[in-house]
Amino acid sequence: MTAPTAVEARNVVKAFGQGEVAVRALDDVSVGIRRGEFFTLLGPSGCGKTTLLRLIAGFEAPTSGTILLDGRDITADPPNRRPINTVFQSYALFPHLTVAENVGFGLRMQGKPRAEIGNVTARMLALVRLEALAGRRVAQLSGGQQQRVALARALAPQPRVLLLDEPLSALDLKLRKEMQIELKRLQHETGITFVFVTHDQEEALTMSDRIGVMSAGRILQIGPPREIYTRPANRFVASFIGETNFLPARHAGGRVTLEAGGELAVEGGPEGQVTVAVRPEQVRLVPPDEPGALRATIRNLVYFGTDTHCHLALADGTEVVARLQSSASDDPGLEPGQPAGLRFAPGAVQLLGD
Amino acid sequence: MGRSFDVTSLPGVTFVAGLAFLALYAPIVTLVAYSFNDANAISVWGGFSFRWYEAAWANREVQSATARSLVIASAASVIATSVATMAALGTTRRAAFRGQTFIYVAINQPLMVPEIVTAVALLIVFASVKVATGYAGLGYLILAHSAFCIPFAYLPIRARLEGMDLSLETAAADLYANPWQTFRHVTLPLLAPGIVAGAMLAFVISLDDVVITEFVKSAGQDTLPTYMLGQMRRAITPEVNAISTALLGLTVALLTVFFLLTRKRG
Ligand SMILES: Nc1ncnc2c1ncn2[C@@H]1O[C@H](COP(=O)(O)OP(=O)(O)OP(=O)(O)O)[C@@H](O)[C@H]1O
Ligand SMILES: [Mg+2]
Repeated sequence: MTAPTAVEARNVVKAFGQGEVAVRALDDVSVGIRRGEFFTLLGPSGCGKTTLLRLIAGFEAPTSGTILLDGRDITADPPNRRPINTVFQSYALFPHLTVAENVGFGLRMQGKPRAEIGNVTARMLALVRLEALAGRRVAQLSGGQQQRVALARALAPQPRVLLLDEPLSALDLKLRKEMQIELKRLQHETGITFVFVTHDQEEALTMSDRIGVMSAGRILQIGPPREIYTRPANRFVASFIGETNFLPARHAGGRVTLEAGGELAVEGGPEGQVTVAVRPEQVRLVPPDEPGALRATIRNLVYFGTDTHCHLALADGTEVVARLQSSASDDPGLEPGQPAGLRFAPGAVQLLGD
Repeated sequence: MGRSFDVTSLPGVTFVAGLAFLALYAPIVTLVAYSFNDANAISVWGGFSFRWYEAAWANREVQSATARSLVIASAASVIATSVATMAALGTTRRAAFRGQTFIYVAINQPLMVPEIVTAVALLIVFASVKVATGYAGLGYLILAHSAFCIPFAYLPIRARLEGMDLSLETAAADLYANPWQTFRHVTLPLLAPGIVAGAMLAFVISLDDVVITEFVKSAGQDTLPTYMLGQMRRAITPEVNAISTALLGLTVALLTVFFLLTRKRG
């Protein structure tokens, strides 16, 4: 059984500017985020991720459409009346307050009693492991510490939904990995619904319960990471998440004929002019004369340690990349210029209509 | 950057700069030095003493002019700073609006209109108000000083507001602060150095004013600068040097605080 919807955007349109110069930052976006879920909005720069978060938080009003929280229309509520908190990309910590005062700010504005503010603040600081820094000014903290204060501050009032706008993008790689684990732990311990924004596909795949892939103001596909990766709905999703080989082809009656020559057996998928999408790790190298294999020539080999990327050219020059796992007995004896046969792992081929 | 244009490589630049500083500061240094002169004449050295400071300190007229100057400057800087704070909020914390540039110009108008014109205009208006109401107190001077101090208070406050990260106010709203709480707990504390700087600048500007004060004041309402001007017309005594030096000291102290408050943090 799926959990009930926590926050929902219904047919939301957001246009900036008017007339000729109007930008549709969001173009009829509908998405329901389930209670307790770690939901990620993934998409390239400028696709409207921040805009969607700002509409949910109430910093901006939609041009049309509705925002619902637990089934209630909150479109007209100002941000201070929405039990939704944000972790800002720039952290936006109050420089004139201490760490503890920052964390307690929301509760103080809600008029909570002093004792409760003290208790919750202490608990939140323990949650993000910053007890020792409670009395410090935020300017004296490192980037990672500021990040934790921002998290604790947004979690302290126990919002129904926590919005996180690329909270990790300012951190270096090592800290980023640590904070990814930390975020998952916090979400697990608090049970709060997280809406997380990133343009890093790996981050999205490893952290999310579900991902919404956005492009140019629209949500193209919503689903669990595995589904998004193995069954991308279209060419944009397939190319944005992970690497993919795209091969133009014709599909008629269960037979797919590649334009580069050769045939594939595929079940289902759109008919007519299609694109065959296959992940590099699903491409197998076989002897060139093996029956049914596609014929190709090795162009280039790039060694990555855990695997080797083998760039091949089909008969008409179309490039295909195969990712070959490095084995213990290294060096498979491949050389540029050698002929090779290609096979695609069964079930790994995806047909995309354009 | 090493090869970029450097004015000091032009011949004579350092010399001209030195000359300019000399022209600026030599008279002030002379003034300060002679304020400690024991002689009666204004430009003959007769040994070191605090004599003229004592004379000025004991002078009833100087006392009352000083008190009046301080009252007017304090009142004017409070009024000007309050108005300037509201004006700065009104011009930076809202969506851009038609006529915004015009508003900026209007607020800064006293910086551009010749002071003598403002003085004459105020004289005419206040004269008729005086006739109509019969009131002849310090209110006119306070009002006049407040008006021309507004742009001086406005500039540092607006600069501070514009330099402030808008996402802080967004964050406050996100954390359940209503607009008033946001102002009270986030905007105002962060704006405070700008407000204090604005108030100090306004105070110094008011303290120093001659032209408008001269036109607007009633009989017996001399401020320190207009008193000094009056003295100079009669007999020049080194007492004026002492008063000037004291005024200079106060101004330098206030402006030092101003620069400490407005300089970039970090
Ligand atoms: N206040 C605004 N005025 C005008 N256009 C805006 C405004 N805010 C956003 N936009 C436009 O809306 C589009 C979406 O912006 P948004 O900030 O939501 O993108 P994003 O997905 O968060 O990108 P990034 O990954 O770079 O943060 C962009 O084309 C942007 O230029
Ligand atoms: Mg963004």
